[in-house]
Amino acid sequence: MAEVEETLKRIQSHKGVIGTMVVNAEGIPIRTTLDNSTTVQYAGLLHQLTMKARSTVRDIDPQNDLTFLRIRSKKHEIMVAPGTLAFHFLVKSSFCFTR
Amino acid sequence: MAPKQKQKKKSSRGKKSPKPILAASEEMEPVNMESMGHPEIYPLVLTTKTQEIFNCRIDEDVTDEQPYKLINKEDIFEDLRNRAAVSDFHPVKKIVQEYPGNELLLVYDKDFKYGLNFYLIGTEEGKENYLNPPEVPEEQEEYKEHIPEDVYVYKPPVSKPWVSLGSEKEIEEESVMESTKQITYMISQKRSEFGAPVKFSDQNASSVKDAYIECTAYPDKNFTLKQFEKDVGMQVIPQIKDISTQTEWTYPKNATTQYYPREFSEEEKETLNQSKPLVDFLNNASISVEIALQQNEIMNTFIDDWKYLAEEEGTFGDKTDTHLKEYQSFTDLHSPTEKMITCVSWHPTIYGLIAVSVAVRLSFEDRVYFSGKLLLQPSLILFWSFSDPIHPQLMLESPDDIFCFKFCPSDPNIIAGGCINGQIVLWDITAHADRIENIKAGGSRSKKATLKPMFLLEPESNKEAMYIRHCAVSSIESGHKKAITDIHWLSDTFEINRMGSVFENRSGICCQLVTCSADCTICFWDIRPQKLLTPQTTEKKKEESIEIPFDVPSTFLHLDLSWKPLSKIRLSKGETSLDHCPTRISLNEDHLKTLTQSKTVKAEEMNPYHNLESGMANLLKPIDDFCTKFFVGTEDGEVIYTDWKMEKDPETGRLMPKKPVSIHTIHDGTVHTVQRSPFYNDIILTVGGWNVAIWKEGVMTGPLLQSCCAPKMYTSGHWSLTRPGVFYIGREDGNIDIWDLLEKTHEPAQSQNICITMITYIKPWIFSAKQQFIAIADYYGTLHILEIPWTLSHPSTNEMTSVNYYFEREVKHLEYVEQRKNIREQEKKEMELETEKKKTKTYQKSKEQMEAELKMDYESYLELEKTVLINLGLLKVTEKGSYVDVV
Repeated sequence: MAEVEETLKRIQSHKGVIGTMVVNAEGIPIRTTLDNSTTVQYAGLLHQLTMKARSTVRDIDPQNDLTFLRIRSKKHEIMVAPGTLAFHFLVKSSFCFTR
Repeated sequence: MAPKQKQKKKSSRGKKSPKPILAASEEMEPVNMESMGHPEIYPLVLTTKTQEIFNCRIDEDVTDEQPYKLINKEDIFEDLRNRAAVSDFHPVKKIVQEYPGNELLLVYDKDFKYGLNFYLIGTEEGKENYLNPPEVPEEQEEYKEHIPEDVYVYKPPVSKPWVSLGSEKEIEEESVMESTKQITYMISQKRSEFGAPVKFSDQNASSVKDAYIECTAYPDKNFTLKQFEKDVGMQVIPQIKDISTQTEWTYPKNATTQYYPREFSEEEKETLNQSKPLVDFLNNASISVEIALQQNEIMNTFIDDWKYLAEEEGTFGDKTDTHLKEYQSFTDLHSPTEKMITCVSWHPTIYGLIAVSVAVRLSFEDRVYFSGKLLLQPSLILFWSFSDPIHPQLMLESPDDIFCFKFCPSDPNIIAGGCINGQIVLWDITAHADRIENIKAGGSRSKKATLKPMFLLEPESNKEAMYIRHCAVSSIESGHKKAITDIHWLSDTFEINRMGSVFENRSGICCQLVTCSADCTICFWDIRPQKLLTPQTTEKKKEESIEIPFDVPSTFLHLDLSWKPLSKIRLSKGETSLDHCPTRISLNEDHLKTLTQSKTVKAEEMNPYHNLESGMANLLKPIDDFCTKFFVGTEDGEVIYTDWKMEKDPETGRLMPKKPVSIHTIHDGTVHTVQRSPFYNDIILTVGGWNVAIWKEGVMTGPLLQSCCAPKMYTSGHWSLTRPGVFYIGREDGNIDIWDLLEKTHEPAQSQNICITMITYIKPWIFSAKQQFIAIADYYGTLHILEIPWTLSHPSTNEMTSVNYYFEREVKHLEYVEQRKNIREQEKKEMELETEKKKTKTYQKSKEQMEAELKMDYESYLELEKTVLINLGLLKVTEKGSYVDVV
């Protein structure tokens, strides 16, 4: 539907966003703006990490659940929005603020 | 000596039983002290009984004063008969019998000199000797021995008969002799029994007596000692546990897998795209994603908080550490006259080397008066090194006192200096470069060198500072007429021509200089040979050339005494004949970006200064957008911003310098420092008179900061090389003021006293991140080197931006002031108009009244005049009228 397109486009057009990816519960990418090999790599690695994070949160408190996962590195920031059905990955670049 | 016993054969069995038989009669001779040199002395032991009999009891009859006793021979004999062998005199019985006299001398030997407690003297002579010891001849002998000591006569040794001193006794004692009597056995057998068959039989050992000798074991007391203490060494080690198991050993194997990711096919993707759950999910998820993105945009997420936490070290807390610490000071002790330091420059590359120019400390009149004497003394630039505070390493000679000098930026071996007589002097110290580079190694040797006489030293090993003559001087006629106050090397990226147009410098080295002098001109010089000279003039020059000593390098021979400036700019004040007298200039340090990156690498790799070629200014196109303006500080305290580009005057057709862009009179005295900040290219510090000013290039309305008058005159100043908001000002009382723009802008942040006299020059220098020095030169010729503490050398975080922000604020403030000025002027004009209007109104109203008033005033004046004259006596009271006309 057009909504899906619109939402993804809106997110992609933010300043500093490199790529967006939607992945299903098993880790198979559904939609992506990156190239194939990168998508596959990110999907495989991040899916496992997200599962681990989620299980950690639930182990600590079973009534709790993971809402958002941000991985910040020197060059990029990866944002993961988990859902029951799919995960939404977002790769963002870093930009420096002037002091 | 016991008689030997011979034992004949005993039993047939061959058993021997020794039976030594001692002879009954022992003829033991009395032991005398012959071995000790007194054969007449026989030691005796006298028991107390004997002592009582003979009345020679110890300490009663026989004392220390009278240790002897004469005993009758008869008494001894009686004693011998009474007690026979028990008598103590038994051993000496023979001697007593043989004694000729009647009385024997018995002496008590208290010290056991002869071994026993008494001794008997066995001869008459001995008795006489003892009783009357021959002392006199002994004295004579001693006396005789003293006399011949004065005159030593060598007497060869004369053989004397051997006198026994008792050594035979010792030999006897030491010699090993058998103490026991030796027993000899002779065993023999009947002849007939030789070779007979031997009969052996058994015998029980225990049955026959003496058949065997048993050594039974017995407990010996020596071996029953129980050991109570034992030395044992101990060491503590951690508990160790040894465990071993048997494991299955698997060996590593290389295995590979090949896989491909699971992917949806296109149709599947399409269906999923349309599915509702996906849409819902996306709607939900995108909200949080967008929140996260917004957060990222608000603040910088990539800040390392940990790193920035540590930067804020206390900078203002530690007061003790903010003072400049004295490191070293240099004074020239060899100069006969009093000198002052005019200029200081650190060597650009070598650590610990600093050059100072010294000038004689005389006023102009004194200089003229002593000019004869001054000619004999060389004017010097001294090179000091940290390793030797007494002897300068090099001394550069110049024709007259140097007031400013600079190292060439592209070659530190070329030095250009400006003299007091208006000449520029060039030195080339390439030949001595290795001397100053290896100063650290040879610093200690210089002390020894002064002890040896000069003629013994070879010229190479002489570590005394050498005088280095200058290489070239500028022409006297066409150069400056008065003292040169400032000299700068132009950057090696551009060059200028006679018109002042800027060209690209293809040679890659600094080859042009700019000088300003007290004759109100600024000159540009080029150190390259100029090909414009006609052949005639070159011949003339050859004839006139003065012979130069052999040890002076010929780098600048083409310039010597014939060097003319490239262009001259006169700072005129317009119509008046008085011109501005520049003291310092500061050029824009923009480096021209080379359009062509051609670097001509010469095959020989020689010093480019030795092969100078004339400039290519005529061939290249001028560069237009280069900033040719510069700041000049003058003797009257003005700061001028002017242009060096010449323009053609339309009337006369000559090249005329442009008018200055702006002139400001800010300082009350000579401006002696015009310096650009090492951090900001357009911020200039000017110091002169009693105040300091900071300017920004481009802002022509006035200085950004102008300090109020200081209590003492400021005599030198310099920016700090590492902190953007710090600069150092030297005062005439020897104090150094350290200004920190971030701390206080109305007064110095710190003040420290360095010396007792005026500070003439300040030059800081960075050696390493931890070591920064500041060289301060004073009026009495001493150069102080101080170490800059951490707080003054390390900028705080954001210092550069803070100072920049401060300057921008000041610029805005100035603009605001200008605006306000304009507004004020307008307001003033309006107010004046209003007052004028008011005035005209009042004027129009009462014209007649004004006339009436005037008349009244006149009459009252007449009255006054009359009274005055009456008082003076010039006017008589009665008369009126006529005198009024006279008056």
